[in-house]
Amino acid sequence: GLVFLSSEFGVDQFQEELVIRPLHSGDIYASFQFRTLWDTDFLQERQKVSHYRLFPKSLGQVLSKFSVRELHISFTQGFWRTMQWGQPFIPSPPGAELWVWFHDTVSDVDGNWKELTNVLSGIFCASLNFIDLTNTVQPSASFKPLGLGNATDHRFLRYATLPREIVCTENLTPWKKLLPCGSKAGLSVLLKSEKLFHSSFHSQAVHIRPVCQDEQCTSKAWELRQTLNVVFDLYTSGQGKKEWSLFKMFSRTLTEACPLATSSKVYVDITDNPELSPATPLLSQAVVLGDRRTYSVFDLTRAETFGQLRSLNLLLRWKGDSGGMLRPLLHAERYVAGFGLQTGEIHTVIYNNHPYRAFPVLLMDSVPWYLQLYIHTLTVTSKSRDNKPSYIHYQPAKDRHRPHLLEMLIQLPPHSMTEVTVQFERALLKWTEYTPDPNHGFYVGSSVVSALVPSMVAMNTNFTQDQPLFSSFVPVKEESSYFVRVYTEPLLVNLPTPDFSMPYNVICLTCTVVAVGYGSFYNLLTRTFQVDEPSLPLAKRLANLIRRIRGVPLLA
Amino acid sequence: MAAPLTLLLIVAVTIRAVLFRSSLAELISERVEVVSPLNAWKRVVEGLALLDLGVSPYSGDVFHETPLMIYLFHFTVDYAEIVFMVSPYFVDCLSCFLAPLDRFRKQKYALESDRYPADCLELLRSPKEMFYIPLKVAMFYLLNPFTILSCVAKSTCGLNNAIIALFIFCTLKGSALLSGILLALATYQSIYPLTLFAPALLFFLQRLYIPVNLRRSSFWFFTLQYAFIYVGSLVVITGLSFFLLGSWDFIPSVYGFIFSVPDLTPNIGLFWYFFAEMFEHFRLFFICVFQINVFFYTIPLSIKLKEHPVFLIFMQIAIISIFKSYPTVGDVALYMAFLPAWSHLYRFLRNIFLVSCVLLACSALFPVLWHLWIYAGSANSNFYYAITLLFNFGQILLVSDYFYAYLRREHHLIHGLYLKKKDGTEATLVLK
Repeated sequence: GLVFLSSEFGVDQFQEELVIRPLHSGDIYASFQFRTLWDTDFLQERQKVSHYRLFPKSLGQVLSKFSVRELHISFTQGFWRTMQWGQPFIPSPPGAELWVWFHDTVSDVDGNWKELTNVLSGIFCASLNFIDLTNTVQPSASFKPLGLGNATDHRFLRYATLPREIVCTENLTPWKKLLPCGSKAGLSVLLKSEKLFHSSFHSQAVHIRPVCQDEQCTSKAWELRQTLNVVFDLYTSGQGKKEWSLFKMFSRTLTEACPLATSSKVYVDITDNPELSPATPLLSQAVVLGDRRTYSVFDLTRAETFGQLRSLNLLLRWKGDSGGMLRPLLHAERYVAGFGLQTGEIHTVIYNNHPYRAFPVLLMDSVPWYLQLYIHTLTVTSKSRDNKPSYIHYQPAKDRHRPHLLEMLIQLPPHSMTEVTVQFERALLKWTEYTPDPNHGFYVGSSVVSALVPSMVAMNTNFTQDQPLFSSFVPVKEESSYFVRVYTEPLLVNLPTPDFSMPYNVICLTCTVVAVGYGSFYNLLTRTFQVDEPSLPLAKRLANLIRRIRGVPLLA
Repeated sequence: MAAPLTLLLIVAVTIRAVLFRSSLAELISERVEVVSPLNAWKRVVEGLALLDLGVSPYSGDVFHETPLMIYLFHFTVDYAEIVFMVSPYFVDCLSCFLAPLDRFRKQKYALESDRYPADCLELLRSPKEMFYIPLKVAMFYLLNPFTILSCVAKSTCGLNNAIIALFIFCTLKGSALLSGILLALATYQSIYPLTLFAPALLFFLQRLYIPVNLRRSSFWFFTLQYAFIYVGSLVVITGLSFFLLGSWDFIPSVYGFIFSVPDLTPNIGLFWYFFAEMFEHFRLFFICVFQINVFFYTIPLSIKLKEHPVFLIFMQIAIISIFKSYPTVGDVALYMAFLPAWSHLYRFLRNIFLVSCVLLACSALFPVLWHLWIYAGSANSNFYYAITLLFNFGQILLVSDYFYAYLRREHHLIHGLYLKKKDGTEATLVLK
């Protein structure tokens, strides 16, 4: 049942949902979303919020201390294979990604950012403290606020990504602790790390933003969404059989809904007609990512969902060869070309698979300072013809201070491949700036391609309270298109290395050569030429000494 | 004299034109021995592209040229090849004036020739020898592979060399105003030509027969005049740069970059590996030491060579080329062009064979070891660093050898060529 909190601090509510989607390649995609809505204002000065119920206190304090308007953090292990799996509900790049919109009352955004990354590093047990000014950028167009707010001064936006960050149980545990039911009841009992990390793709994220509570936006609330996307591989987890069950995926079954949740649902995508048991009469249709899909709904707040055994174990079986997957309309790849450790080229390839519509995409590239980009070598070609971007925002890197930021608006012709190339030179760093494993290489964060893709199916712009969470993550502004963000692969680039065992030797040898120069010039400047009179042998010199004492003429 | 010079010019232009049009031009313009972060053509194009995008070229760390250079290339970027081909010929101008210079010196010696011992006459140069010096200097500069590489790579080092050559030309011709202005321009381009102020001043004082005596007011009068011209033009040029781009950003980007050496791209100098392997604690100390090293030879050399300002100019240019923070082969070629002017010192050079072998071998080994480190991966940075050390050592040996030979010739001019010891046997001369 629900517990209403009748206090002046506002009502909070919690919803949880799991979407299971069988993928064309035989893998299975499970997407958890846990949403807490809270009717309060973290940023008001008069009363500090101190009574937390469903909203985690650690995050609430972070929001009020750093005047954060929107926070998105994700930890991903693996790379989302768009061509095999379609588009994810919540895209994320490999490694850790953090982007934050600060409130426009903040005076020192960089200081707040630095402290915020350190605090989040503690909350999530991740090494986010490696985020500093050398890998933070301020995108001017790519990361518009996903929640309310129309201030678009990008001085208050910070974006950073750590491609090298590894996700493990240590990060999952504090993430689970933020949930109202912890990992004790509801959908979060399925989150067992030994199964979750034995997967092709694992991504956990936290998204906090202010939202409207109703269509007319008369009242605002803070929304916290914790999302976890996981793709289980057909062969490593599924033993090669296109037959999945909750127990096979998570080694647990569902027994009850979270008592604190107002809604707790499991959606299973049955558009391609798999065999599903137990059968359920509840069906729902949703248009998400430009595709109309049919879902079987299991409502965990109703006791009859769990049947006689008081446990729900869904079984999914593919029947024969399921139909063709809807080809993703937008797809991007990136790679490094060239040989040797002096120069190279970054190639970003963007595919527009729409048969007849062209649409613009915004490409954002953040390249570390030690790969010096030459923007005059930037070429954008579509169908082997030059395609000039209509908007270029380039901020060159400053050595050891900030990275390169390149944002471009490119119009993609229909059914085409667009290639963006830019040359770079690799810098030699100081010996202390290399990581302990310098020959592993240096990571370059993923490029971000953001676009409003034309939809084949009319999108739903109506705002309803009981909309499934997976279709309401990105606000839909118009019927004919939907927002897609595609992340490319991160790059691994080798830099020339000095010999790390040589500092003392190098200092000695170089100073020797300088000293040779100094010595030669000193000799020539301070000495004069003289005729060389050979000196007498020792015996004769002693004899001369005695003769001088005696007062007798000296020897020659 | 005109005919061989013209033939030489035609040959030089042909070689450069052929190389410009071949595929080698791309390869050469990427070589780290020929271009440095300060004068690479790729970076000039990048700076112009940034200007077109509306971003200040100095907001990143790629472009380190002065604003006047931006504006020069803004208008001539399509004709860049012609600009770079023309600039070495300025260096020739100075060669044409080395002959009258020597005539001047000969006159000076003629006045004092009665003071010279009779056997020294063979040390003095005959007009016939001196007639061919301009041609030899032109040949040494135009046909020097270093110069050709630097020109084909379109490195702005060629333009800097042209300005320094014009400065020497104006100094030798006696025009203090032009000399001051050109020296200010050379200093504005890269700070190190500041040390050429002393030799230029000494030359003018000698030419105007003002004795270098700190107590004489005529000395101070001329010094202040020359200093005023120099500092004044420097201020004007810097102010002009400020108004061209509207900000002082170019000062940390150009001069801050030259002094603090943040970019550790390998080159033929001593700085890059030294500061790549430097303990962070000592970095500032060693930057100061290495930069002072370029400047502090000025005063002692000026005191020793105050009667010989032209040789002093050569010594200063050589010291700058060896010890500057981002040297390239173009800088080396500049002082090597002077060597034929002192061909009469050949008999006193002690190590010339060793030095030439070292320099030739190092020039051949630079590309080999670079390839092994960067492309083949079978060597590491130490190999390239070793050749850098050897190349600089060879250069230091060359310069100090010429200095020794010059001082020795001066000694012989005063004391006679064939010296004898007290007992009448042949003497050996040592430095004591």
